[in-house]
Formats: sequence, structure tokens, C-alpha cells
Amino acid sequence: MKVPFSWLKDYVDIDISAQALQEKLFSCGFEVEELRYVGEEIDRCVVGRITRIEKHPDADKLKICRLDCGAYGEDIQIVTGADNVFEGALVPVALDGSSLHGGVKIKKGKLRGVESCGMLCSGEELGITDDWYDGADVNGILILQGEIPVGTDIKQVVGLDDYIFDIAVTANRPDCQSVYGIAREVAAVLKKPLKPVELTYEASSCSTSKRVYVHVQAPDLCPRYIAHYVRDLKIEKSPLWMRRRLALSGLRAISNVVDITNFVLLELGQPMHAFDLSHIEKNEICVRRAHAGEKIVTLDEKEFTLSENNLVIADGVKPVALAGVMGGLNSGITPETKEVLFESAKFERANIRRTSRALGQKSDSSARFEKGVDAYTTGIAINRALNLIQALGCGTIACDRFDIEEKIAEPTVVKTSYAQINAVLGIEVPKEEIKGILKRLNFNVSAKGDALTVIAPAYREDIEGYPDLAEEVIRMYGYDHIVGTFMPTAQVTGGGFSPAQRLEERAKRIVRGQDYNEIITYSFISPKDYALLRIGEEADRAIRIKNPIGEDMSLMRTTLAPSMLATLVRNIRRGNARARLFELANVYLADELPLKELPREEKRLCFGLYGQGEDFFSAKGICEALAAEFGIRFKYEASARPYLHPGKCAKVLLNGQEVGCFGELAPDLAEELAVETNIYLGELDYAGIQSCLTGALHFEPLPKFPEAVRDLALVCDEAVLCADLEEGIRAACKYVTAVKLFDVYRSEQLGAGKKSMAFTVTFTPHENAFKPEDVDGYVKRILKSLGEKFGAVLR
Amino acid sequence: MQEKLEEIRRALSAGIGQVQDRKALFELKMKYLGKTGEISALSKGMRDVSPEDRPAMGKLVSEVRSWAEELFAQTEETLKKRELEARYKSERVDVTMPARFAETGTLHPVNIVRKEIIECFDGMGFEIYEGPEIEKDYYNFQALNIPADHPARDMQDTFFVTEEFLLRSQTSCGQIRVMESKKPPIKILSPGRVYRSDSDATHSPMFHQMEGLVVDKGITLCDLKGILDEFARRMFTKETKTRLRPSYFPFTEPSVEVDLSCHNCGGKGCRICKGTGWIEILGAGVVNRRVLENCGIDPDVYTGFAFGMGLERIAMIKYGINDMRYLFENDVRLLKQFKD
Repeated sequence: MKVPFSWLKDYVDIDISAQALQEKLFSCGFEVEELRYVGEEIDRCVVGRITRIEKHPDADKLKICRLDCGAYGEDIQIVTGADNVFEGALVPVALDGSSLHGGVKIKKGKLRGVESCGMLCSGEELGITDDWYDGADVNGILILQGEIPVGTDIKQVVGLDDYIFDIAVTANRPDCQSVYGIAREVAAVLKKPLKPVELTYEASSCSTSKRVYVHVQAPDLCPRYIAHYVRDLKIEKSPLWMRRRLALSGLRAISNVVDITNFVLLELGQPMHAFDLSHIEKNEICVRRAHAGEKIVTLDEKEFTLSENNLVIADGVKPVALAGVMGGLNSGITPETKEVLFESAKFERANIRRTSRALGQKSDSSARFEKGVDAYTTGIAINRALNLIQALGCGTIACDRFDIEEKIAEPTVVKTSYAQINAVLGIEVPKEEIKGILKRLNFNVSAKGDALTVIAPAYREDIEGYPDLAEEVIRMYGYDHIVGTFMPTAQVTGGGFSPAQRLEERAKRIVRGQDYNEIITYSFISPKDYALLRIGEEADRAIRIKNPIGEDMSLMRTTLAPSMLATLVRNIRRGNARARLFELANVYLADELPLKELPREEKRLCFGLYGQGEDFFSAKGICEALAAEFGIRFKYEASARPYLHPGKCAKVLLNGQEVGCFGELAPDLAEELAVETNIYLGELDYAGIQSCLTGALHFEPLPKFPEAVRDLALVCDEAVLCADLEEGIRAACKYVTAVKLFDVYRSEQLGAGKKSMAFTVTFTPHENAFKPEDVDGYVKRILKSLGEKFGAVLR
Repeated sequence: MQEKLEEIRRALSAGIGQVQDRKALFELKMKYLGKTGEISALSKGMRDVSPEDRPAMGKLVSEVRSWAEELFAQTEETLKKRELEARYKSERVDVTMPARFAETGTLHPVNIVRKEIIECFDGMGFEIYEGPEIEKDYYNFQALNIPADHPARDMQDTFFVTEEFLLRSQTSCGQIRVMESKKPPIKILSPGRVYRSDSDATHSPMFHQMEGLVVDKGITLCDLKGILDEFARRMFTKETKTRLRPSYFPFTEPSVEVDLSCHNCGGKGCRICKGTGWIEILGAGVVNRRVLENCGIDPDVYTGFAFGMGLERIAMIKYGINDMRYLFENDVRLLKQFKD
């Protein structure tokens, strides 16, 4: 919301600087996002009178002017090329060392050998148009009108000596989407009276109701509709004061009638519209839902096909405006317009919002209506518009109007007490302060002992109950009065992580302990990401976002692997020699699409690594680290994934259930990605693993007798797996507590298709100490069993 | 006999000077003092000495033995020292050469912030609640006093999955889910991923929030201020102050924006706080009566406060990161800088 300082001063006698006002507004809830001095670009440019003009001796098109700039010099010589200067004229003079619009700097210099101590300025060089000062659009020097003392700063003359407050208005305060709305707050915060807006006008004998019939068919979407007839219009340029106000607010002046509607919008926040009645058929205005397929071309010449969800203003035949959004091209004001119907209405904000979104059509009007316009302001705005018609003397005002209001809005009454208000805040704001603040904000307050009956001003549709009043009080009283307390009335609660959350923290700690760095990637991925991993069909099972930022972020991921791969590749391309990365995050699994109920969100642990020394088994290390820390045992089986190396891919099993998979990135996929390093990648079903954990620690008594350790080198076929032999060893002897492979050996002597695998086997005695021959017996038993099962023999 | 003793003394004195190591010394010692050594032989030869000369001779032999033993002991000590010195010299290492150690990984900076915030609050009795990321419109908006087509919906550009389901745009949904399932006293923190259709240097379509909620009897705006003061001191510096200023959220009334005094300049004004001395850090307020009612909690009996903050924003402020996108690039060089 852009508010000119000078305009605010129309309503409130502001005796502090713009900067001080900015602070005041900030403290009461209106953040000034930008405070801009309008004439910030213009410096050392003053009014001067041309005392004499001489011809330039060496240039026909140049003139030498002598200027009286008062205190800045009574006889300054400036050379100009403009034709419209004359002796005695008052002109803007950019002095030596001055700056102008667009950052132009003016310095003393010579023009064709003649000294020129500055420059005479055009409107354009000051950054202004005719809306700021009549004659500013002229091609030539800006000739100033009337008597102005020489040496006066030009900014004061042309309206640039002003500030614009760009104020952030919160969504609960639509009443402050206007200059007058802000002025009400300024008056309250400065404890100054607020001057009323001029609303009076003289009506003629002509009649609205005799000229046109207005009715509302959709009162649910249009709670109040006011229409007032004005005739004998003279469409012309608005007066300078009005044009300047519009210009300061960033609007271009068009013509008096249009400018009045814009002026009232800015001043009071009520969007206004004026229909050229000569284009209204059957002398009828109807506020109704559009017929399906009905078309309208709006003032900006865009055509829309409407539905019954859109509200229109129609004449007896066709829509003439898209209600609250934009007028129709067919009934707009033209220089030939002679009679208009002014509209001031309250349209239901949700409907305007939906229509504006659905059609992709926005305007200052729709923006205001979406935020909410109150019915009270709808009523005063029409009077203000008519007051301005009269002030500008541009039309004859009808004596009657249509004012259609289904249900007259009752003011909100809040019954509360000083104590209740203070209980929200936690401090004792004095009664007189509470009363005073509410009164300054135009609340009607009646107090009886501690009890308060408060009537909200008609324009404050946001007020519902005493917490709202508490907020009004504290924002004016000052939040610096709030002192910190530590919940003295609250009960003690336990707090902290749940057991599951604690396990998760522990899992992350374990992974970090293996030198993995945590990453966070977006939850949404691209269908292309699935395709890249050759699991394109998986994309069909993913939940799709209806309005994604782009196709690349349109699917809620069902696997973390694509994001991990992309992150690894990015690190490789950036020349990072090695990385170990992990992410613990949700995947989103729908049982049914489109969604009928909340999808399952399951935590997955994804890991990825590359760099010197990394291989399949270092990738496997992360699983084993987790297993060791959590006291569980994973099993591994060769497996396959479309994006992994078929010979280096394992699935991870826990209690017979698959809980994940890892392996080396398929070499052809690596080639596709132009990556030369081997990448290892895995994804574990963290939620599944966690459900098998108890997190409980318990003590295992230490063995009473020494353990025995034997190394066994076993020769077997290549096809026999390490895990088979390990399991075989364990199964053959109940005293075996650890089996660890320490060497694999192949040679010609062993023969083709054969390998030797050497294990360290630990035997732990139970009740009695081992005798040397006991362990020898166990080894024999193990060898016998392995021979039978796998054809393995001691080397 | 006496001559023999003198000769031993001379020979030993000369011989011991030649000894270079402890092994040679041992051999020499055996030559003289061993069971069959020269001095031992003299002791044995006492039998051949006349009885009257025996005491005097015996004394001389024993003197030579003591002298020899002393000499060997001293020499051994010297050699030992010399050998150690030689060893020390040869085994000297360059202590500035790199160490070998198992490196440990890191937490993502956003999760470091998450952890630190949780540590600030869990001791005050806040439980941690994590709700669903794909939410119902009801929990994300309606129950929070944001009906359909309410202008407050424009405060957040929301991603929708269907009419009913959306990606939560705020962790405030956690307030409703907790209050539906649990009655006061309530103290929760609800961290998690949230989503808004916005992407630039200070906005990311996915980011993290932390919601806090307290509902109990007699909770006031002053309690909110007290808790946040404590949070600011723990999270930043002891001197950090909070400032409340009016704002608007549909689910709190009154609503406040909370600023922290700039930890960089202490409030004097600098580049980080854009010269204001204050940094906007979170939104908060007294829980709106309607929200309590929506969850079946009697607002005439219980009151509460809620606050919500963006974790990326806090990470950026705390660690001086100037572009939010760095946080999602996951460049290992950045990640490794954040040890927790």
C-alpha cells in the first residue's frame, strides 16, 4: 500500500518527520517496507528568472540566458538550445553540481566557447509529467506559472518534495488498504484528531430510478450494491491536485470521471465503477451469476468465457462488467460519455478471489475485494465520488439512488472486562489507558466497574472478541511493556524425544561415525529421475503435485536413490575427490491414486559414496556398522536393480524380510552420466529396521573360561558363498561364537574353479573349560559337515 | 701373585676401553669374573698361598674383584645410556607429519539448528511431535482458522495434490493434530519439512519449520516472551534480546512478529541486520480461541501460545550463509564445515 505523506497530512495534523512516523507505524503493526523521498534524484535545482537572452555568437540554435536565482546567484549565465524561453520567464535551473532524473549530473562547462553555469530543465529532466505540473510534457523548458520567489527549491514547486510510505498491511486489516484507513491509524498513534472526508453534494431533480432499473439476483455474492446516476457530464482533464495525487500513488490520470473512481479507491479503499449509460441496453442493471459460456471483453481488451461461478454486472442483454474485477469494454467511459451510473458495491471476497484466479485476470479492484471491503465504506465512498463530481463541477447528480443491501450489517459488540483483556496480555494495563486506546481507534466504549461493552467501528470487520481488543490495546500501549515470565501457572511436563525419535538420532550418529555427511534433498523429483534409473514405471505410483513449480519437481518421491545419485554426480562434477553422503527422509507411498486418504510416509536411509579406496564392501560397511551398533544381524543375498551393477548388488535381509538394497552404479549408467568414478549407492528401509529394534541394552555375562581360536583354510568350489561356509561352521558346533573370513586365495595348484577361504573361528566354552582335545574334535566335526554340505576340504 | 693382580688390573683397564657394546662387555666380564674367569681363578688359587700370607692376599684379591665389578657396572651404565641415545636418535619422527584417525561425518546445518533448538526446549518440558507432510486441507488451513478462499491463504503459495490433500505449508498443522489427541497441559515442538511454491535466494520450495505450542491454564503473552527470551539467549548469545511487534496470523490473536537483537553488531546496526539492529526470526502469538474450540479445548479454561520459525533462515543467520540454495546443493565441501 503506497501512501503519500502529503495526502495523510490532509486528514491529520502530523508534526513529526516522515522517519519518525515510520517508527510509530512500525510499533503499532504497520511495517513501512520502503520510505521513499519522491524527489530523491533531484538536487540543487531551483527556480530562476530569465533576465536577459542573447544570441550565441557561434551557434544559431543556442541562446545565452542570464538568470536571477536569488540566493544562488543573481546573474548566472546558462546556454540553452530550447526555443520556448523568453525574458521574464520563471524556469527550473539546474545549478553547477546538481543532479537530475535518471542520475544525470550537471557541471559548469563551455558550449561552443561560451561558459554555461548549469542547465535549464524540461519536465522530463525533472522526471515529471503534466500530471505533476501543467506544461511538464511540453517539448522544451518547463515554464513555471504564477509568482514564485527565485531560488525556491524546484521540488517544492512541482510536487516532488514529498515522501511515499510503502506500507505492508496484514490480511486482517483490509480497512487500512487506503490512505484514509492509514490516516485513522496515524491519528490514533499520534493522539491527534482525524479530519473527516468531504461527503456532501447537492442533488438535482433528476432521478436514478427513473433512468435505470437496478436489481441484485445474487445477494450471497453481493451483500451491498449502490448505484447513483450522474448526467450532463463534461469529460475533461482532472485538476492538477487530483492528477498529482494519482501520480504520487503510481496511477496515470485519464479523465475526470475515471480519475474520480481511482481517487476514491486510493483514498477510501472502495473500488468504484462508472458505466456509460448510453451503452446499457433495456435501461437495466442486474447483478447476477454469469450464464455458462457467456463471454465478456474487459477494458484491457481481453476476452473471457464465463461460468456460473463468476459474478457479472449485466444490462438487459449482456454482461457489462466482470463484477469486482474489471469493467467491460462495451460500457467504459469515453470522451463522448454524457451520463454515467456510479457503482459502489461490496462483493463477497472469496468469489472475487476464485474468479480472479480462475480467469487469471487481476486488477486493483479485485485485489481490494479479495482482501475484503466493508459495507460501511461502500456507503460513504459513493458520497465521496459524488462530492468530487460536484467539486470538479463536471456533472448533474441525481436525487435518489439504488442501495440494495440484503442484510444490514450490525456492528460487532464485544462484552468483556479490563481483567479479561489483561489476562491475555499478562500485564496490568491501566483502565484509563485501555479505554483511551480503544476510543482513539473509534471503538465505542462503555464501562461499568470492571465490565466493558465495546462496539467496533463499522469498518472493523476483523473484530470478533476480546483477544482482538487485547491486541488493539497492546499494539498501541506498546509491546515493550510485555515482560518475560516463565509460565508460572503451567503444569510440569516431561518433554524430550520419544524412544523412536531417540533411535533415529542414534542411527544418524552411527552413520556419521562412518564418515558419512548428511544431506537434505527435495521431497519432489522428476519423472525423468525415475526414467534415468530405469524404473520409469515407478513414476506412475508416485503422488503427483497438481501445481508444481515445474515438471522437474512434480512427483513426491517413492525412493531417495535418484536424489542421492544426483547429489553424488554434482559433487563429482565439482571436482570433489571423494564423498560419503547419507539422507534419512520420508518417501511417500499411496495405496490408491488419486489419494483418498493420507499416504504412508516411511523413513528411508539412503547412502552413497565414491572416491579412492571405496568399493562394494566399504559400502556394505554402513549396514554392518548399523547392525553392530543396534545388535542385529543382516543377511545379504545377491540381487538386482535396474540401475545397479548386476554382479555387485545385494539385498539386505533382517529376520528374513528384505529391508534394503545396495550396490555399485551400473557401469553403462555411469557412462551415460559421464562419470568415471565408481559410485556406490544403497537405500535401507529405516522404518522397517527400526520396528525390529528395542533399543534396550542388556548385559551378557563374560565367559568364565578362556576361548579357543582356530584358523581354518577351506578349499571349495567358486560357487560356494562365504555366508554358506560361515553358516555351515556355526551350524556344526554350538560353541562357535564368531566366524570371520580373513583371506581368499586362488592358484593353479588349487585348480580352476576352486578357491581357498580362510576363517578365524572362535569357540567359547559354556559350563566347563575346554580340554585341548575338545576343540580338535569340534574342528573335525566342522570339517566333516562342510565336506558333506559344500565339498569343502581343509587346505 | 701380586704381579698377577697388577697385570689383571692393567689388562682389564686397557680391555674395557675397547668395549663398544653390552654384548662385548658381558663377554669381557665373563673372562674376568665368570666362574672360570681370571679373578675367580685367583680366588681358587688361594689354596696355594701360605697360610700366613692368605689374609693379606685374600684382601688384595677381593679389592681387585670389587674394583672390577664397579668398573663393569659403570661401563654398563655408560653403554646403556649411549645405546639409548643412539636409538632415540634413529627413531626420531617428524611430529608435524599428518596423523591417522578415523574421520567422522557431519549433520546437515539445518539439522544442527533443529537439534540445537530441540535442546533449548526439551529441558523445559516440550515433547517432539512429527506430523505428516502430505496433509489434509483441514489441518493445514481450516482448523487453523483459515477457511477456503480466505485472503490469508495468499500468505503461502501452497502445493496441492487434490482438492483435499496438499503439501503442508506450515508445521502449524501439528498444533491441531496434537490438540485433537491430547488434552492440556500441552508443550510440544513440531519440526519438519514444509512446502511453498516459491524459489529464490531466500526462499526454497521445500524448507523446514519448527512449531512450538503451549496450552495450559493462565498462559499469557508474557509467558511467550519469557520462553523466547530464553531461547534467544541459548541459541545465540547471552546478551541477545527479543522484541515483539504486532503482526497477523489467523491462528493466533494477538499475533506478533519476533525480532532478535543482531548477534553480529549487538544492536548497533550492521550489514547483517540491514542497519536496524534487529533480525526478524519468527512469528508467534496467543492461540486463537477458535483454534482451541476446533480441537475441543475450552478456551475459557485454557489459553496458550504458539510460535513458528524457519530453520533454514536461522541457519543462514547463525552461520552467515547468504543464499538458501547452498543448503540444498549438498556440496560436500560445505557439509564438512558443519560439525555438531
